[in-house]
Amino acid sequence: MRLTCTVNGTEQHVDDVWEGESLLYVLRERMGLPGSKNACEQGECGSCTVYLDGLPVCACLVAAGQAEGRQVGTVEGLADPEALHPVQQAFLDAGAVQCGFCTPGLLVATHDLIARHGRPSDAETREALAGNLCRCTGYEKILDAVRLAADRMAEPTAGGDR
Amino acid sequence: MDFLQPVTWAEALEAKAAHPDAVPIAGGTDVMVGLNFGHLRPALLLDLTRIADLRDWQVADSAVRLGAGVSYARVISELGDRLPGLAMASRTIGSPQIRNRGTVAGNLATASPAGDAHPALLAAGAEVEVASVRGTRRIPIDDFYTGVKRNAMDGDELITAVSVVPPSGPQQYSKIGTRNAMVISVAAFGLALHPDRRAVGTGIGSAAPTPRRAPAAEEFLAGELDSSGLWESRAELPEATIARFGELVAAAAAPIDDVRGSARYRVHALSVMARRALTWAWADHRSATQEA
Ligand code: FES
Ligand code: FES
Repeated sequence: MRLTCTVNGTEQHVDDVWEGESLLYVLRERMGLPGSKNACEQGECGSCTVYLDGLPVCACLVAAGQAEGRQVGTVEGLADPEALHPVQQAFLDAGAVQCGFCTPGLLVATHDLIARHGRPSDAETREALAGNLCRCTGYEKILDAVRLAADRMAEPTAGGDR
Repeated sequence: MDFLQPVTWAEALEAKAAHPDAVPIAGGTDVMVGLNFGHLRPALLLDLTRIADLRDWQVADSAVRLGAGVSYARVISELGDRLPGLAMASRTIGSPQIRNRGTVAGNLATASPAGDAHPALLAAGAEVEVASVRGTRRIPIDDFYTGVKRNAMDGDELITAVSVVPPSGPQQYSKIGTRNAMVISVAAFGLALHPDRRAVGTGIGSAAPTPRRAPAAEEFLAGELDSSGLWESRAELPEATIARFGELVAAAAAPIDDVRGSARYRVHALSVMARRALTWAWADHRSATQEA
């Protein structure tokens, strides 16, 4: 079947999509967007987290056809051409990336968390990232990265007339 | 494999009547796992996410009628006050990503004994509204689960909605897993106190071939609350009553040993969860009077 959806703001058409394949497969294998990772294909790890109509979801659990006409946002859409997104920069600066396999999913989940909570408490962060598994970092550096990103993103407005 | 995306409920029912072996898909949290691993190869996938009617909930006949397409995330954010037990259960499900997609109706359609919504639905006394081209019927939750991953629906039927009456008393939910998120429960327990009809509701998960209630425990506790005037006095619950309730809940289970836990552990865990849930719920009941 043919699939048309908007990915990172650009309309994409792909042909010969098998009806039973996942949005994750379409992104990685048919659209050349391998940022979203495939680590479990069963919703357990969060490595494939993408936005679907503005909500973070596991792309491995979305049937390709369910994305028809929808807005998809992937990790590739976070940075602009000149610079990494502050969430990405914070993950680098805090040492929250080791093998990097979990990172794309964590970046999208963190991006959403900060958009909703501004400066999340550690409890909110742990809850929001509970579906993203990392086998390398032990999570402490990831929590550091979330705090760092949230602080940096809050600064321009908070620093107003100091 | 075919992929059908009806935009109206009538079209969906016609498709299901024409293809009773079509697999409905909404949040995809069960169906996609089957597809990704090659366990599931239906001739037809019936995507229900385009049907606007399914995405709403409304209050009808004093019950909340939860459309089949309402996600767990929305149960939590929009119905935490009206359906506290189901919202508590929903918070324990998967991860934020899963809760953004998964639905209570999907839990019902899969009818796994480990489905997290079931104990809350059993305790509250829900009704499942199913439809086909032949018409609509409402199945009491007690009659819905018929076997391991089996339910009372016919091949041409789809779940329209779940109706739950908002409680007159406190509700609690407890689940045991190896961690807080992303686990299939080892055992789960839902409790609802119904002061308006002087009754108690329970639901047990992951500890029998189907989700089930603990009728003897319900009757015992309702009887104790009645005969000792505790519904009105809201005095402290005797320790012996709490302990006996826990024993009777555990006795209602018929678990197996599996990779997640032994039968003995599950029975023990249920008695502990039942005692805790009752203690929490009774504390809620007592503090409700102080506010009133
Ligand atoms: S690959 Fe989708 S959750 Fe693991
Ligand atoms: S950095 Fe390796 S899994 Fe997270």
